[in-house]
Amino acid sequence: MKKKDWEINLSEQIPRLRRYARSLTQNVSTSDDLVQDCLERAWDKRHTWQEGSNLRAWLFSIMHNTFVNNVRRNKLARDYEASIAVDIPQYAVETNHVLRDLENCLAKLKPEYREVLLLAGLEGLSYKEIATVTATPIGTVMSRLSRGREELRELMSEHKTGKLVRIK
Amino acid sequence: MSMQHEQITQEDIHAYVDGHLNDPKKQLIDQQMQVDAQLRETIEQYQQQNALLHQLYDPVLDEAVPEHLTSLPLARKQRPVWLNMAASISLMVFGALIGWYAKDTQVIHNDIVVSLAKPAAVAHAVYTPEVRHPVEVNADEEQHLVKWLSKRLGSDIKAPELNSSGFHLVGGRLLPGEKGPAAQFMYEDSVGGRLTLYVRSKKVSEENTAFRFYQEGGSNSFYWIDGDLGYVLSGSVSRPQLLQVAQIVYQQLAF
Repeated sequence: MKKKDWEINLSEQIPRLRRYARSLTQNVSTSDDLVQDCLERAWDKRHTWQEGSNLRAWLFSIMHNTFVNNVRRNKLARDYEASIAVDIPQYAVETNHVLRDLENCLAKLKPEYREVLLLAGLEGLSYKEIATVTATPIGTVMSRLSRGREELRELMSEHKTGKLVRIK
Repeated sequence: MSMQHEQITQEDIHAYVDGHLNDPKKQLIDQQMQVDAQLRETIEQYQQQNALLHQLYDPVLDEAVPEHLTSLPLARKQRPVWLNMAASISLMVFGALIGWYAKDTQVIHNDIVVSLAKPAAVAHAVYTPEVRHPVEVNADEEQHLVKWLSKRLGSDIKAPELNSSGFHLVGGRLLPGEKGPAAQFMYEDSVGGRLTLYVRSKKVSEENTAFRFYQEGGSNSFYWIDGDLGYVLSGSVSRPQLLQVAQIVYQQLAF
């Protein structure tokens, strides 16, 4: 592939990368920082991409690594940030309680559960692709997906009952 | 989850939900769902999770990509340094010319955006999604709320009555403004849509203004200065609807 084509393909992926980053971090500026880091790394590592392979999956694995590094770097701040994320979702849709609840509940999931759940349910990656992107065995991917979905289901139903006593 | 169907594994269920499962397994699950309510409920809830995720995050796909991402990193790395310098110098000259020709009113206008409209829009975005603590003081203590905020702002303020527009007072809170305290009143309609009214003291340099429109993130705002105070009404409602409410607020609070 010519360099120009690669650049075009890369820029075509930006909206998808932004959606995934937004759902991972739930914060507009943090997620765009993540996309920027990811694109910069992709550029630096562009020679490692194999022509004919799935560019999007390759970019997602770079984003995964960037995200994991960021989480690790902010380990001390993580719990604090998670609590903030729960209280102040940045992308809440004011008029839709269900979506607001979903965002709150997603923020409470462990990052590794959230990631697999998003890659499967939102990004539509195959389980094999998710295993490659997250560099985990497929068995781990499946158990994280199961736990993530179950926990999300429980959190959502707790939220539903909790909401009745919200104001007052 | 019941595991009575030996042939159906957890993996199959997820693959079914994500559309990765083929016949005959897919057919088997279709059939079992007819007779096993628990299985059906699980699958439907997982499918709903996926649908909601799309509802929540697909709008990002339609957002304009910020320029710093599209120009990255190719333009930056490949452009010769002198060209970048030339570009920034011409921008500086252009900016200086614009600044030169701009009238003082424009400068003050921008200043009001930065010191009034923007912080209000941010406070709106931060507090309206709050489920547990949207306000510091609830509407049932309205008298106390108004007295407290008036004292902190050093001017008599009150919470306007917006029932005629379908919004009731949720409560309010004190916020740090640019140069001192600011107040935020929050209102909610019957379906949970929220408006906020942000109030802070007028700066010496500021004059009364007409309504002005400001937009940030997903919310619209009208802001104005009247008497000793600056006001910002923000909400995720249409501009005409917001303007109507702003007029009511203005009439009730005008000096």
